[in-house]
Amino acid sequence: MSSLLIYPILLPFGTAAASLLLWRKPALQQAVSLAGVIGHLTACIVLFSAVTEDGIQVLQVGNWPAPYGISMVADHLSVLMLMVTGILGTAAAFYARGELTAHSRAKSFHALFHVLLGGLSGAFLTGDLFNLYVWFEVMLMASFGLMTAGQRRAQFRGAVPYVVINLLATLLFLLGLALLYGLTGTLNMAHLHQKILTHEAQGLLTAIAFLFMAAFGIKAGMFPLFFWLPASYHTPGVAVSALFAGMLTKVGVYALIRTFSLVFHHDMATTHGVLLVIAGLTMVTGVLGAAAQNAFRRILSFHIISQVGYMLLGLALWTPLALTGTVFYLVHHMIVKANLFLVSGLGRDINGTMDLNRMGGLYQAYPVVAVLFFIPAFSLAGFPPLSGFWAKLLLIQASLQVDHYIVAAIAVAVGLMTVYSMVKIWIEAFWKPLPSSGAGDAAVSYSGWKMAPVCVLALITLVIGIGAEPVYRLADTAARELMAPQVYVEAVLGGGRP
Amino acid sequence: METALAIVSGSMVAGGIYLLLSQNLVRILFGLIMLSNAVNLVIFTAGGLTHTKPALIEAGRSVPGTTVANALPQALILTAIVIGFALLVFMFVLFYRSYEILGTIDTRQMAESDPEQPHAADTTTARQEGGL
Repeated sequence: MSSLLIYPILLPFGTAAASLLLWRKPALQQAVSLAGVIGHLTACIVLFSAVTEDGIQVLQVGNWPAPYGISMVADHLSVLMLMVTGILGTAAAFYARGELTAHSRAKSFHALFHVLLGGLSGAFLTGDLFNLYVWFEVMLMASFGLMTAGQRRAQFRGAVPYVVINLLATLLFLLGLALLYGLTGTLNMAHLHQKILTHEAQGLLTAIAFLFMAAFGIKAGMFPLFFWLPASYHTPGVAVSALFAGMLTKVGVYALIRTFSLVFHHDMATTHGVLLVIAGLTMVTGVLGAAAQNAFRRILSFHIISQVGYMLLGLALWTPLALTGTVFYLVHHMIVKANLFLVSGLGRDINGTMDLNRMGGLYQAYPVVAVLFFIPAFSLAGFPPLSGFWAKLLLIQASLQVDHYIVAAIAVAVGLMTVYSMVKIWIEAFWKPLPSSGAGDAAVSYSGWKMAPVCVLALITLVIGIGAEPVYRLADTAARELMAPQVYVEAVLGGGRP
Repeated sequence: METALAIVSGSMVAGGIYLLLSQNLVRILFGLIMLSNAVNLVIFTAGGLTHTKPALIEAGRSVPGTTVANALPQALILTAIVIGFALLVFMFVLFYRSYEILGTIDTRQMAESDPEQPHAADTTTARQEGGL
C-alpha cells in the first residue's frame, strides 16, 4: 500500500483548479502552471524511485480490497511512462510560456493542459479497466479543448474528424468492456488475468480482444485506423502538438501493451499473430505516407504512425528481448518526437511557415537550431550512437531471434525510409537557401522559454543514446514484469485471495 | 428479454454507423448519440437481467438477507451517461462553431476548403494572431 501513487494525479488537477481560479490574473496563472508541472515531475520522480527500489507499488483507493475497489498500480512500465509524461509536460509547459505571450486566448490553456497531464498519469497508473476508460475520457475532453484553442480555420478542419473518431474509439472500448464484464464479472485487470484462463467461452473472449484492439488501435494510430492523425496533429499550437505527438498515441500503445499482456493472454497465437501483420503494415504505410508529404509537421505526424508500428512489433513478437525493445522504443520515441515538433515551431518562427517549399536557410542563419533538429531527427532515423539506434537494434535482433526475417527486413527498410524523410526536411528547411518567396525574418531572437526545453530534450536523447545501459536495464525489468504477470497479480490481489 | 435487448442494441449500432457514414455533421452527431446509447444498453444487458431486490441492506444487518441485484452495471452506465453527455455537449458546440467558421456542415466541402498547401492559409492567420 503506497499513497505515492496519488500525487502524480492529484497535483495536476489541483493546478488546473488553481489556474481556473486565477482566471483574471494571467501572470500569476502562468507561474502556478509552471510550478504545477515541476511539482508533477517531482511526484513522478519520487514514485519512479520508489518502484525501482521496492518493486511494484499498489494503492487500493478508499481501502476497498481488490477486486472490489479501484486499484492503482505502478510497475516498471507505468513509472517509465509516467517519468516521460513528467518530462514532456514540463518541456511543453515551458515552451508554451514562450509561445503564449502574444496569444489572447491563453486563459483556459493552463487548466486544460494540466487536466490532460492528470488524465495521462491516471491512465498509466490505473489497474482497473473501467477506470482506464474514465481516464481516457478525461484526456479526450482536455485534448479537444486544446485542439480547438485559438479557433483558427484549420483547427476546426482538424478537430472535427479528431473528435468523431476518438469518440468512436472510446465507444468501442466501452462496448468491449461491457461484454468483458458480462462474461467474467470483474474489471480489475489482475483479477481478469486469473479469470480469463479458466473461462469456458474462449472464442468470445478472443472476439472481445479484437474490440479492444480496434479501440486502442484507433488511439495509437495503427494501420488501418490512423487517418485521423495526420489530418489533425499539425493544426494546434506547437507546444500542444508536441505533447499530443509525444503522449496521446503512446497512451494507446501503452493500453495495448497492458491489455494484451495482462488481460488477453488466452489465445496469443491469434491476437499477437494479427498484431504482427498490423505492425508491419503500420510501419510501411506510415513511412510511405511521410515520403509523400511536404510540410514539416505533416511529415512528423506520418512518422508517428510508422514508429507506432515498431512498438507494436515488439508486443506482437512476445519475447523478453522484443518487449524490452518496445519499452525502450516508447521512452526514446516520446522524447524525440515531442522534441521534433518543438523544433518545427522554432523553424516556423524564423521562416514564418511550415511548408518546406517556402522554408530554407536555417542552417546558415541559425546553426544552433540546425543542431537541435539534427539530434532528434537522426535519432528517430536510428543513427548510432543516438537513442533510436539502440531501440531499432533491439527490435530487429528480437525478430531475427524468432526467425521473423520478413518483419526484420521491413524494420530495416522503414528505418532507411525514415532517413529519407529526415534528410528531406534537412535539405529543404536547413541547407537550401531561403527561396525568394519565403518570408525570412532575420531578426528573430529566441526566448529562453522556447530554447531551454528543446535543448534539454536533445540532451536527454544524447544521454539515452550514449549511456543506454540504465534505460536498457529498466526496460528489461519492465519487459520481465510484462512476460510474467504473476508478480503484478499478487501485488494487486495480495497473494492467495480471489 | 436478453434477446430483445440484444436485437434493439444491435439495430441501434447499425443505425448509428449508417448515420456516421453520412457527410452531414448533424447526422454524424445523431449517429454518435445513437451509438453511445446502444453501448449503454449493452452494459445494462451484459450486466445480467434478473428479477431480484435492489441492493439495500435492512437496518440492523451487515449483509443483505436475500439475493440482491448487482448494482455495479448501473453505476457503470451512470458514469458512461454522464461522460457521454459531456462529450456530446462539446460536440454540439464544436460543430456549431465549425459551421460558423467554415460555413458548411458538409464534411466533403470542409475538406475541400483545405487548400492544396495546408499551411498557406494556416500561417497567414497565425501571423495575424501573434505567431502561434
